[in-house]
Order: sequence, then C-alpha cells, then structure tokens
Amino acid sequence: MTATSGQHPARLTIGDLRGSSSRRRRELAVRLVFLAAASLSIVISALIILSLIGEAWSFISQVDLTLLVERGWFPRRDLYSIHTIVTGTLLVAAIGMLVAAPLGLGAAIYLSEYASARVRRIVKPVLEILAGIPSVVLGYFALQVLSPTIVDPSCAGPTQAYNMAAAGIGVGILITPLIASVAEDAMYAVPSSLREASYGLGARKRTTSLRIVFPAAISGIVAALILGLSRGIGETMVVSIAAGATGGSLFTLNPCEPGQTMTAAMTALATGSDQVRGASLAFPSLFFVGLVLFGFTLALNLVADRFVRRVRIRY
Amino acid sequence: MASTPRTQALTAADVVRRSIEGGRVDWRSAAVEALLVGLLVLTLGVLAWLLVVVFVNGIPVLAERGLDFLTSPLAARPDEAGVGQAITGSLWLMGFVALLSFPLGIGEAVYLAEYARAPWFTRLVNTVVRNLAGVPSLVYGLLGLAIFVVALGDVLGPGSASGRSLLAGGLTMAILVLPIVIITSAEALRAVPGSIREAAFGVGATRWEVVRSHVLPYAAPGIFTGTILSMARAFGETAPLILVGAVIGGFNVKYESVLETLQGRYTALPTTVYDWARKPQDFAGNVYAAIIVLIGVLLVVNALAIYLRYRFERRW
Repeated sequence: MTATSGQHPARLTIGDLRGSSSRRRRELAVRLVFLAAASLSIVISALIILSLIGEAWSFISQVDLTLLVERGWFPRRDLYSIHTIVTGTLLVAAIGMLVAAPLGLGAAIYLSEYASARVRRIVKPVLEILAGIPSVVLGYFALQVLSPTIVDPSCAGPTQAYNMAAAGIGVGILITPLIASVAEDAMYAVPSSLREASYGLGARKRTTSLRIVFPAAISGIVAALILGLSRGIGETMVVSIAAGATGGSLFTLNPCEPGQTMTAAMTALATGSDQVRGASLAFPSLFFVGLVLFGFTLALNLVADRFVRRVRIRY
Repeated sequence: MASTPRTQALTAADVVRRSIEGGRVDWRSAAVEALLVGLLVLTLGVLAWLLVVVFVNGIPVLAERGLDFLTSPLAARPDEAGVGQAITGSLWLMGFVALLSFPLGIGEAVYLAEYARAPWFTRLVNTVVRNLAGVPSLVYGLLGLAIFVVALGDVLGPGSASGRSLLAGGLTMAILVLPIVIITSAEALRAVPGSIREAAFGVGATRWEVVRSHVLPYAAPGIFTGTILSMARAFGETAPLILVGAVIGGFNVKYESVLETLQGRYTALPTTVYDWARKPQDFAGNVYAAIIVLIGVLLVVNALAIYLRYRFERRW
C-alpha cells in the first residue's frame, strides 16, 4: 500500500484493508469456537427431549393403559396411577400458591410503592438470601417444624408427621421470594407519570397503588404467579422430605394425609433401592413422569414468557 | 407572634390537610398499609424462624463435635457421622462447574451478545436458554441418568459404582447451571455500551480483540456475579444428584488416583442432609449441624455476589 512518491499512488484494494492473514484466521477460529459453545444449549435441549421421549415411549407401549387411572401409585407393585401423582402435585402446588401469592404480592406492593429507599436497599438482598436457601433445608423445616406446629392443630383427627399440607406450605415459602421479586420488578417499572396523574386527580396512595400501578403491571404480576406455580410444580426436595416419599401413595385429596407428587415419586423410585434399572417398568416410568412434568412446566414457562413480553412492549 | 415562618408554613399545611380530611382518620388506607407491612414482616419472619430453629438445634452438635464433624466420613451412628466426604464431594462438583460451565457458558454468551448476526439464530438460542433455565432440576437428573449413568455408565463409572460416579454427577451439575451462567453473562455483556466497541473498532481492532481487551473486562463484574451464583446453585442443589446416585455414595478412602475418584461413588452436602433427614430422629442434631454448614457456605457465597454487584454496579 506504500505509495512511492512521484509515481501514481498504488490503488487501494480490499486486500490491503483486510489486515494480516494470520489475524483473520484467528478471528475465524475464535468465531467457530464461540459458535460451537452457542450451539451447546440447543444440543442439551434436544438431548433432554430425546431421552425423555425415548424411555417414556417404551413405558407407554408396555404398560396397561387402564392402570394409569388406578387407585394408587405403587410402581414396585406395577401400579402406575399417574393421575394420583398429578393430583398430588396440583394439590401441593395449590397450597403453595395460597401461601406464596399473598405473601409475595404483598411484599412486592409494599417494596415498590410504600417502602423508603433505605428499606428497599435492606429488604431486597434479604429476600434474595431467602431465595437462596436450598430446598432440602425447607423440606426438613416443613417436616420438623411446620408439620407439628401449623398443620397438626388445624387438621381434624390424628395427623401423620408426613403430610401434603406441610409440604405445600414449605413449597409456598420457597417460591415467595421468586413471586415477590418478579412482581416487584414489574410494578417498579410502571412509569411515575401514571402515579403522578393519579395523585393529580386527588387519589390516595392506596388507590394509586392498588387501582393504578397494580393493574398497569398486571402482565408482570401474572407472569410472577405463573413462574411461581411452575417452580412449585417442579419442586422436589420439600415434598420428598415432608410429604412422605415412601415410594407409593393412595389417591387422596386430603392435604392432611401423606401424598406423592410427580417429583417426589421420581426421587422415591431412584432412592428406594438402586435396582431401578431392573427388568420392571419402574425405570421407564421415571422418564414418563419426567416427560409429563417437563410438559407442565414448559407450558407454564412459555405462557409466563408471553406475559413478560407484554410488559416490555407497553412501556 | 414568636413563631418562625417555617412553622407557620407547616401549620398551614396541617390546616389544609385537616380541612380536606375533615378531621377524620383514613382507616382504610392505614389498614391497607398495615396489611402490606404485615405480609412483608411475615415473609421475613419465616426466614428468621427457620434460621433460629436451625441454629438452636445445630449449634450444640457443632460445638460438641467441633472440627471432628467437619472431617468425619459418613457413618451409621450419629455421634460418629460427619460431613467430611460430603464437603469433599460438593467441592468436586463445584470444580466441574468451574471447569466446564464457566468457559462454555461465557462462550455461548459472548457469541450471542457479540458475534451472532442472524436474528433467527439469536432468537432461537435465547428461547432455548430461557426454557432450559425454567426446566425443573429433576429433569436434568433424568438427562444425567439416561446419558451419563446408563448409556455411558461403563466408561464413566465402571465396577462397584455401577454408573453412579462422581463424573456423572459433575457433568449433570455442569449442564444444570449452564443456563444461569449464560443468562447472567449475556446480560452483563449487553450492558457494555456500544461506544466502547466502536472506539476499539475505530483503531483497527478485530472483533476478538475488541471482545477480549474491552468488552470482557468491562463486563467482568457482572459475569463474575453470575458465576458465583451458579456455584451457589451447584452447592445447594439436591434433586438431580439423587437421580444420578449421590445418596448411596460416600467416598471410598482407598481411591488411589484422581481417575479412580472420578469414576467412583460420591456424595454431596445437600444429599447427605436429605439422607440423614430420612433417618430416625436421633440424626436430627446432625441434620441441623449439616444445614448450618450448608447455609453458612451459601450465605457467604451469596453475600459476596450481592456485594460485588452493588460495589461494581456501573451507570454508563
């Protein structure tokens, strides 16, 4: 590219601007490495779906389908009543939501609309710490503390230490910080102009918070609730410890009794004995339950995602 | 006439307010605010309750056993059982996360934030990663069970481990935390303003040079926070490890080489808590003591992440 004086300056070509070829080669190599890393999550998703569907199919094709609505889930006796554990899952998740929705939304409204900056700065990290407590810990807390102190007095008749109500409350405590944090983000993101307009019309703080900000953030709040529900359905350890993962369960709608959720049924299968890989259908049934669970949470997460996106578009 | 104008103004405001409110107290507003405060206090109160229960029951065991509890292996008798093997196992799992999830996750985030040009690809990967982050951890355990324990079991965990090896657990955990690393890193990278990149491109840097010496250093605190959080997740996660066999584990003290350790049986701190929680009541003290160790580590790690985020939070 060096133009010698006196002569015509040499034409500038594309090649001159490209830089050294070793640098270009390195660029390409780095790009390919990153591309490979980026494809990894797609590969993992495909592997999850393939391994679930593969084993689940071998379960479906071998099991007597009428057994799926039998009276109980006892895989070691070849009773695969999936509707027992789906009901158990929904029951525990519903109890969890009854606890978590008021606590989480109340905390979110207070933190977003009422709390001073100082309170926010202290409370938000504390909520994050609560969110970081491992589920085994809450499971043991539910079994040892919640079950005797809260559930036992409110259930009629003698209650067993293992019960779905304690597990449900434990799940609720676990998902409260998640709901609070997502809902608070949504309400905090509502523009101040809406609040000011409301005050300008003479509205009180409570009217502004509950009738203006809350509805304006409703899609984020619904997303928070759906995410919480999805988390509650997928929660394993609390139920596994507190609801009595003895490997089987009769169909029941009474939260004061021991029960089984999809997740707890899976851990019970995996720990009851390490012969899950034996000849029976127990091993493929694990993947069938996993596929049902995966379907539930995926659907909920996709719906939540759609709601979250609506917030982003509005403001 | 001795009052200052300031108090006069305040009095005027009070007079105005009184005339608007008509001397009534707004009970409903007060009730709403009290209700909201109550719900928040209840939430925090549960946390306090949990911590008090754990510490009251666990501290005596820790005080009595001291270092012995932290170093003893698993045992059948509660006064001999300790969390030595469990801590070692959990540290191994964190090692897998650090070695595999960090480079791969940050690499994927860099591609998404800096390299990807085709919008369909970015959108696809974003959707996939977000969904992966929402998949229940137990499903990752199933993945590990199908692939690392059953399909690759003879390679990863031959012999007595029957596939349920430390390698299987570590790889499962590395996959589990990958979405967290990707999401937090990509967020940190996107927060670096375009002007930084443009300045570097302007002086002739290639894309990799821009990323390596400008974007990554500025995004480092955010990425670091994400990696710490993923470590915490790997330390506290239980469910998938149960499926890939950590409960029945326990390190064999006779393992001679690193390879043998990797292919052998293992256990981790949260799975040990789970295992003890299902034992008779005389293990309760041990459970609480192990929970103190578990929560202690997690509190320190999480507090570090929160501190880093506030310390290095940067407004461009």
